[in-house]
Amino acid sequence: MRPTQRTVDRTDLKDALALAAAIGVIGASFGALSTAAGVPVAITMGLSLIVFAGGSQFLVVAVVSAGGSAVAAVLAGLLLNGRHLPFGLAVSGIVADRWPARLLGAHFLIDESVAFARARGSGQRARTAYWLCGALFYVFWNVGTVVGIVAGSAIPDPNAFGVDAAFPAGLLALLLPALAKADARRVGLGAAAVALVATPFLPAGLPVLAGLLGLFVAGRSER
Amino acid sequence: MNWPAVLALAAGTYLMRLAGIVLRDRMSVPARVERYIDLGATAMLVALVAVAALTEGGGFAGWARPAGVAVGAFAAWRKVPFVLVVVLAAGTTAGLRFVGVP
Repeated sequence: MRPTQRTVDRTDLKDALALAAAIGVIGASFGALSTAAGVPVAITMGLSLIVFAGGSQFLVVAVVSAGGSAVAAVLAGLLLNGRHLPFGLAVSGIVADRWPARLLGAHFLIDESVAFARARGSGQRARTAYWLCGALFYVFWNVGTVVGIVAGSAIPDPNAFGVDAAFPAGLLALLLPALAKADARRVGLGAAAVALVATPFLPAGLPVLAGLLGLFVAGRSER
Repeated sequence: MNWPAVLALAAGTYLMRLAGIVLRDRMSVPARVERYIDLGATAMLVALVAVAALTEGGGFAGWARPAGVAVGAFAAWRKVPFVLVVVLAAGTTAGLRFVGVP
């Protein structure tokens, strides 16, 4: 199945572009912040191109600029990205059936592409949405990083535009259809509670993984 | 940051992404486990929303952000188009910060 040859739903394209724009803005702030922290341009660009996981990119730059070792930074980043494994389990059937496409599709796996594709079910529309999001988010993230590196301190704080509220709100909107089921709602509430209680005590990444404990209140399947 | 660190982070992150995708295909998963995998993704995404909406650096993020997210959530619940949900959330938070709410 060639994902690129499928027609893209117009609404999906518009919705994906809204998230991509926000991702581009955060990418720019990453480029600016990383450069300001004294990270070489090539390394900043390398992080965006081959790691492509925003939270961990900000984290490693923060750890190193606070005087932490590169090893500590990498371990913290990997811990934060640990959720990608269970996410991969959940979107395996959506990403691709064949090998070369899987290898590429794996690199596009981020929170937003997972949430977006799952909101489109599990069929062809979900697959097209996954690839659309993956490609758009990747391009916007990296173009944003370049803009941030070039513009530097001219990049305003994205929080002034409320971009930090746009992501959770967007993810939540994508999750609403799934939360129509009572068992998903129970699990979600449990997960949020565990993650919030754990946040002050555990390093970044673990609280979200601890959210999996919400599965204990899944109960029986119901429709 | 140096190149070995970037490559290690990139390789580790990529392998975790790929592992999930490949593992699922390698196992024949009973329907019950399949349900937990699906609910698990929902659990982590909701946890992510909660942590991102309310916290910053292990502490409370201030009122402007959760207020924006709440407005966005209400809009989404009222079936407002997705693009508008995102804009309303960001706009609310930006507006609150503009008038001095942290």
